Amino acid sequence: MENLIKLRRGLDIRIEGCPDSSLNAPTVSYRKYAVKPTDFYGMQPKLKVQASDRVLAGDALFFDKNHPQITVSSPVSGTVDEIVYGERRALLEIRISADEKLEYKQFGALAQADFTPEKIKEKLLASGLWAFIRQRPYDLPADSDTTPRDIFISAFDTAPFAPDMDMVVHGQEEFFQTGVTALSRLTQGKVYIGVHRSKTASAAFTQCRDAVVVPFDGPHPCGNVGVQIHHIKPINKGERVWYVHPQDVIVMGRLFAKGIYDATKIVALAGGQVIKTGYHKIVSGLNLDYLLRENLKEGESRVISGNILTGTRVAANGYLGAFDSLISVIPEGDRYRFMGWLTPGLNTFSYSHTFWSWLFRSRQYRMDTNRNGDTRAFVLTGQYEKVLPMDIYPMQLLKACLAKDIEKMEALGIYEVSPEDFALCEYIDASKIEIQEIIRQGLELVRKEVG
Amino acid sequence: MLRNFIDKIKPNFEKGGKWGFLHSTFEAFETFLFVPNEVTRKGSHVRDAMDMKRTMIVVVLALIPCLLFGTYNVGRMHFGALGEAAGFWRMFGFGALKVLPMLVVSYVVGLGIEFIFAQVRGHQVNEGFLVSGLLIPMICPPDVPLWMLAVATAFAVLIGKEVFGGTGMNIWNPALLARAFLFFAYPSQMSGDSVWVADAVSGPTALSMFASGNMEAVPSIGDLFWGFVPGSVGETSAFCILLGAFILLWTGIGSFRIMFSVLVGGILMIWTARLTGATDATVGQHLLSGGFLFGMVFMATDPVTSAQTRCGKLIYGFLLGVMAMLIRICNPAYPEGMMLAILLMNTFAPLIDYGVVNQNIRRRRKRQLKAEACR
Repeated sequence: MENLIKLRRGLDIRIEGCPDSSLNAPTVSYRKYAVKPTDFYGMQPKLKVQASDRVLAGDALFFDKNHPQITVSSPVSGTVDEIVYGERRALLEIRISADEKLEYKQFGALAQADFTPEKIKEKLLASGLWAFIRQRPYDLPADSDTTPRDIFISAFDTAPFAPDMDMVVHGQEEFFQTGVTALSRLTQGKVYIGVHRSKTASAAFTQCRDAVVVPFDGPHPCGNVGVQIHHIKPINKGERVWYVHPQDVIVMGRLFAKGIYDATKIVALAGGQVIKTGYHKIVSGLNLDYLLRENLKEGESRVISGNILTGTRVAANGYLGAFDSLISVIPEGDRYRFMGWLTPGLNTFSYSHTFWSWLFRSRQYRMDTNRNGDTRAFVLTGQYEKVLPMDIYPMQLLKACLAKDIEKMEALGIYEVSPEDFALCEYIDASKIEIQEIIRQGLELVRKEVG
Repeated sequence: MLRNFIDKIKPNFEKGGKWGFLHSTFEAFETFLFVPNEVTRKGSHVRDAMDMKRTMIVVVLALIPCLLFGTYNVGRMHFGALGEAAGFWRMFGFGALKVLPMLVVSYVVGLGIEFIFAQVRGHQVNEGFLVSGLLIPMICPPDVPLWMLAVATAFAVLIGKEVFGGTGMNIWNPALLARAFLFFAYPSQMSGDSVWVADAVSGPTALSMFASGNMEAVPSIGDLFWGFVPGSVGETSAFCILLGAFILLWTGIGSFRIMFSVLVGGILMIWTARLTGATDATVGQHLLSGGFLFGMVFMATDPVTSAQTRCGKLIYGFLLGVMAMLIRICNPAYPEGMMLAILLMNTFAPLIDYGVVNQNIRRRRKRQLKAEACR
């Protein structure tokens, strides 16, 4: 592996509750599933089913109003139980009670010899898997009428508690390869796979064909696909790239090999509030109650679908997000800390050295959701740069976003970032500013005005 | 127990409560005692334990050695000039009688204005003045009349900070602005070439000796390093300043880039001046005397008013060091150049950042053009 990209800036948050490496199979039959249109950021969902409809795994549940060809399918077969709306009739959840034995809609396999862009596109759109291809800039569903410059896959995750992707791809190597080969036909450019220099061991990633494998090394957010794009080939104004999560590449591979939409994935269960952490082989959209019941410690918990920096808060009986392969459960921080500015802080993790805990490099710390202070104006400088390994001036970009100055945002590289890349900046911010939200709104504004 | 008491009286201060108009004040005291129980709602679910209060307290802690030594030194200078022998505690006690009222005036006036503004704006009280309020007495000569100190503090907080929108928005370092105000508004009391040593006695500082070329009278390097020389309260002891610098760098709050580049700029300038014969003092004498080190460690590194980009910090610091020495050596009207150099570079910091950020912008545009050419 030549051309190692070594990143030095970043931060690995040492929080207790990392998933152990056990792989658990379902102990009871899981029946409750849901698809959440809100996971597909940027889609305007329109329903295709109603309550009490019968669906197969692979039947479309809803489509995007702006791109009617893009649909999202049911991961399981069963009956549509309930459709949950939120404020202003926003579509929140489509709940499905699954059959004991899943029935799959047949899309027909596609031999590699027949891999043409049209056929691949058609198959992905028909099965609802197209919705799992995401586009940068703006972090939107990929537009099936366009061709991306390149396609990126990050084959490792550096976020706190992140699942080990080698574990995820284990036994699925062929499907992953098929998926990558199919994706490589969708672009004039290349498929890039970012792997970790030492932690990625699986040959499925490091020896992948039809793709360029780029080794990375460094702390979080080195595993973020946005950071990898920035270092492999940054996005210029007017360019589009796509990215796909490795789990979804595997699901795509299954589609081409077997002709069905089999959304089985491996998810990690982790966090300080979980009694038995580990990996679970489940189907996408599962109700978390199956994994969390009698598995949570005393006290109030926050259940997060995704990682603790960018994930979505869900109820303990909520559903796994469509793109997530991690469930984090950490204690709520609804408590007061006496004289927090004075304590030596041996038991408190902090990136800053004002807490003595930084002397103990290998310890893991209990962390909760307390905001640890009040919101202030931007005061400290040079902090965000420490955890953003990109050639971008974070403070200046944030201020341009706040000022709604589109020209400046473009000049400072708004097209290269997404909120998740700024998650660590938000985490370390002593002023407790909601940075991901600012970036999101900045991106929205540019999208509206520039398109 | 204390928590229970606060929870009991809290409703009185909430909107519509009996003392509702004092909400910000109550909030400031409450959060002083307890980190709030506020949990994350949007974005990241966890937040680092570091907050603005802790940041500011660390700077205050870093200033404490200078303050304590400065207090002692005030007494030492006093009894030394009068030729009286006095024990450590007597000197310290005398110093405390001088320094404490200054501290109280600075904090009461400054925090008072901050609280009022927070109240009127409905904001929370910012922690920034915890540091500024300590810095102001430390960079003033101990004989400054308290009413002048009060006026200067009010000027710094109002004109220096609040008109720009409060902490984080100001252009100039508020503490230095207070000092500059005194310097220009009451020049006769803040004379540049000799400072207060004891009641009714004033003595020249090392700097004024450099300026007049009276090199024999300059205190030894040892005295300059430990700080047994006349000067403003906090600035005399290089040892205590370096202790503070160590705390700031260890915790990562002070910028190493700025401190380092100020030092480099200063040394280069002294060296040049010595080559051309503009000054007789050695590099060590220049660095250790006056407010150079104090300004370098505590004021030049102010994150709000210094340059914000990594590269900008290096340029800012270097120019600051050069300017400080240039003013000190070449301008006979001002024996000390640090204050003016910092204020000047504060003014130019946004320009430096602009230049640095533009490099990034240009790089991106170039890349863009190249990509378009390939398409």
